[in-house]
Amino acid sequence: MKLDEVKIGGMGASRRRVEDNRFIRGKGNYVDDVVLPGMLHMEILRSPLAHARIKSIDTSAAWDMPGVRLVLTGEMLAARNLAWMPTLSYDTQAVLATDKVRFQGQEVCAVIADDPYIAKDACGKIVVEYEVLPPIVNPVQAAAADAVQIRDDKAGQVGNKVFDWEIGDKSRTDKAFEDADVVSKIELHYPRTHPSPMETCGSIADYDRATGKLTVYMTSQAPHIVRAAVAMVAELPEQNIRIITPDIGGGFGNKVPIYPGYVIAILGSILTEKPVKWIEDKTGNLTSTGFGRDVYLKGEMAMRKDGKILGVRMNTISDHGAFFADAQPSKFKIGLMHSAFAAYDIPTAHMFATGYYTNKAPGGVAYRCSFRVTEAMFFQERMVQAAADDLGMDQAEFRRINFVKDEQHPHRTAFGFLTDSGQYEKCLDIGLEAIGYKNFAAEKAEAAKRGRLLGIGISTMTEPLGAGNSREYDILGIKMFDSAELRIHMSGKALLRTGSRGQGTGHETTWAQIVAHELGIPADDILVEEGDTDTAPFGMGTYASRSTPVAGAAIAMVARKVRAKARKLAAHLLEVSEEDIEWELGRFYVRGNQERGVTIQDCAMAAYSNMPDGMEPGLENVAYYDPPNLTWPFACYIAKIEIDPETGVWDVLQFVAVDDCGVRINPMIVEGQIMGGLTEAYAMANMQYQTYDEEGNIIGGNYMDFLLPTAWETPGFELYEVVTPCPHHPIGAKGVGECATVGGPAAFVNAVMDALKDKGVRNIDMPLMPNRVYEALTTGKDVYGMPPVRSGN
Amino acid sequence: MYPSRFKYESPKTLEEAIKLLDAGKGEAKVLAGGQSLVPMLKLRFAFPDQIVDINNIPGLDYIRFDADGSLHIGALVRHEHLEKSVEISKRQPTIAAAAPLVADPIVRTRGTFVGSVCHADPQGDWAATMIALNGHLVVQGPKGKRNIAMKDFVLGPYATTLNYNEIAIEAVIPAPKGVARGGYLKLERRVGDFATASVAVALDMNGDTVLGAGFALAGVGGKTIDANDAASALVGQKLTEATIAKAAALVAAKAEPRTDHRGSAEYKRHIVETFVKRILTANSTQKVA
Repeated sequence: MKLDEVKIGGMGASRRRVEDNRFIRGKGNYVDDVVLPGMLHMEILRSPLAHARIKSIDTSAAWDMPGVRLVLTGEMLAARNLAWMPTLSYDTQAVLATDKVRFQGQEVCAVIADDPYIAKDACGKIVVEYEVLPPIVNPVQAAAADAVQIRDDKAGQVGNKVFDWEIGDKSRTDKAFEDADVVSKIELHYPRTHPSPMETCGSIADYDRATGKLTVYMTSQAPHIVRAAVAMVAELPEQNIRIITPDIGGGFGNKVPIYPGYVIAILGSILTEKPVKWIEDKTGNLTSTGFGRDVYLKGEMAMRKDGKILGVRMNTISDHGAFFADAQPSKFKIGLMHSAFAAYDIPTAHMFATGYYTNKAPGGVAYRCSFRVTEAMFFQERMVQAAADDLGMDQAEFRRINFVKDEQHPHRTAFGFLTDSGQYEKCLDIGLEAIGYKNFAAEKAEAAKRGRLLGIGISTMTEPLGAGNSREYDILGIKMFDSAELRIHMSGKALLRTGSRGQGTGHETTWAQIVAHELGIPADDILVEEGDTDTAPFGMGTYASRSTPVAGAAIAMVARKVRAKARKLAAHLLEVSEEDIEWELGRFYVRGNQERGVTIQDCAMAAYSNMPDGMEPGLENVAYYDPPNLTWPFACYIAKIEIDPETGVWDVLQFVAVDDCGVRINPMIVEGQIMGGLTEAYAMANMQYQTYDEEGNIIGGNYMDFLLPTAWETPGFELYEVVTPCPHHPIGAKGVGECATVGGPAAFVNAVMDALKDKGVRNIDMPLMPNRVYEALTTGKDVYGMPPVRSGN
Repeated sequence: MYPSRFKYESPKTLEEAIKLLDAGKGEAKVLAGGQSLVPMLKLRFAFPDQIVDINNIPGLDYIRFDADGSLHIGALVRHEHLEKSVEISKRQPTIAAAAPLVADPIVRTRGTFVGSVCHADPQGDWAATMIALNGHLVVQGPKGKRNIAMKDFVLGPYATTLNYNEIAIEAVIPAPKGVARGGYLKLERRVGDFATASVAVALDMNGDTVLGAGFALAGVGGKTIDANDAASALVGQKLTEATIAKAAALVAAKAEPRTDHRGSAEYKRHIVETFVKRILTANSTQKVA
């Protein structure tokens, strides 16, 4: 009898998450749950100032406290050549400050003690004398001719600029603007925000002097990269470094970079010869680890009066904080910002990007953004709406006439990407139908009678996922492939390991489903293991929605390799030649005689007990997958909102999400990802940001100021699906982890702007807090969250 | 969380608790719900030598309307109890409206009404409610009990006239002469966020006529704002568009907002005025029971 794929937990089964068995019982094993014998505890003293020269550090009172084992300063690290470490963007970052502090929250000293209370108390005893320097909190200040240089540690550094970078065809784009009937312009700021994993960053470093082995338990989304980096920084032989990531309590990109705390804990363990645990507190996490966004845009669009887009210009200015520590493909200085307008058929485009250092925390690409695709899509959709308004054209119609048509795929975008497939109009139509777009004008008029303002906002997004292909994507020279290793036991049960690392995202469930789909082994019979660099094959990790596009593909490929060997075993068992063997899910049979067959489990047993002469025993393999192209999911999000004009408070009346992420492995998990992503999108649009005051004090360094929406205010989301299989991915999947966070924010913002359209307002910077909406409404003017940056370019 | 080191005592009687506070000479702190104290310990904004946990003292967990119509709220009454109390929802509309807006649902199961008043956070909902309702606290110290009127209680942010060796054991809301009406509105960016502006309105009505009115504000000044003077616009009159507008303007004039990331001073003042109007308008159109 043919196997029922859904019943065995294969492709398309909304299988319950196997990892939840331990999570909902409180039996997850997070890094703080790991306790090693004789373990010490580390606490970091952070800078209270944004920019200051360190005049002196007196640690004597801390050393004097009973239970204190080690007090580390930047000077002590410098003596070991560890005061600075490389970042993932070819810059350097201070591990512990030696000369200056460059942002509030920067690591200054570390105390290692018998328990965390003593370590914290001892930090309070350290006296640091600072000479205050003028802080720089935005790119305008950074670019000023008389600006203090933040990175005076770097030879050859000019001013506070990190980079100038451009892409696209400038002269052709200039020409398009000359020929345009209408030019639409908009300026805006995508404010700084921050991931909020429930578990902060942390590690336990355990250096064993007798064996020379360094084991680090760490909350990393990319443990294999960490091993390579530790080998470089700590100058330890790579075979003696083992990175173990236990369960991860959320990552969202926050746990990709290597932070000073990890390096200090490693040195602490080497010096004390004891395991050293460092667990960051929430404020430490919010104020010092990888943030997202903080980019200004000047966008221009050239159009014919019939609505056809002729060209696009984008000028971005990004604020990178004190160190250029973006975790992104090395070739692209502003990530994949040039993925903007990939869904639109645009003849030409040009982008000029400038990055600046400021006295703010370093990072820049964390928070579910796939290397700044979040900004790219937000900018794109805000520009599209402004352009439609400038033309006086219906916003849906304007998108429709400019979309890349289904049959145009694969389509070369104006910035040079190659899309793979998509049905953009179909997604838009489903969304418009669901939101009741046709009746909206009547609805709006009715609400106006009640004194309420209604708005409808559309956002579409297409996201290049799966970095990468090795031609273009590398991090510090390491090509961005991924891996899977599959071992079938003699009973037909299996162990699967990959180079990716789930972070609460359901890998243990979905990876088994891919194997079930390829081999017919029930998903419940497959154990998935990730995150131990001594056992898992090398991979680049989990971020940028790349697990399914890359590691997921490697899993399908390794299963096919295993199946190829199983076929030989089947031929042997059935005593026919391999060419006469047919495959159906979970079973080989003799062509023309379907009754006569053996199961994959029979083949597994034979691999250990009855292999043909000359065949290597065992049934296992490994696959490294280098994707031929990026995958291109698409989504259309539509929000309908209502504004209370007396307060500026806006409520979401309806939200429709149409996602095409290709073939869905586990629809339930996909829906969960979309719901979570839309919640984060709503947060950024409505309430969430990190800003800094004039002195460089962070506003948003704790959860009183940095707001996460609760179930109370989060709107309901209606989900719809379209499936366009990815033509080059072995199972047709495209990835979905970030789509909703990427595409969601512009739907909310566009909806509010639509409601305010008649008031002469073109832009309110996120978050669209009631006071900002009220200000725009009453003044008829745009509201900027930060001083607008004007680029001379 | 890693607070500074402190001693912890959990006395079984009020007398014992007061003794501990007295011995602490100002370095001991009462723990009721811990709504604000625990986060402050965590952030090391507070580092008392001693915590006196009053949760094991019996007899402090009551909501009681006396025969004279006055309302008595014991020191261990949680916000959630007020939110779910049928008596409160029938007889004390200002408190009934404020209860579901205090903090978030999880905090409401622990935080206490009296503790919130004693914390004297300028953003506190209950201090504003108490001022609008002209309430008082019953406090007990080594020398016995005394009453402190709410208008004399708050000195400034986190500062009150409570002595270090006293515990507030009860909040008392006086009985209305007619029927208690009113409401509470708060603008917050998210559940549990500190208020951008909050408005407490207490009305004492006889039919359509206002016998008494109380107003207080949170979030728009360095301490809870007493705007009870605005009652002059309403007492002896009916709630009409004109009297409502006049009262709302008087209340808004009392606000002392600061411009910050929650909004400009003018915006917050506008919200106060809007909310006063909304509460009064809602009460003017309601049928009086």
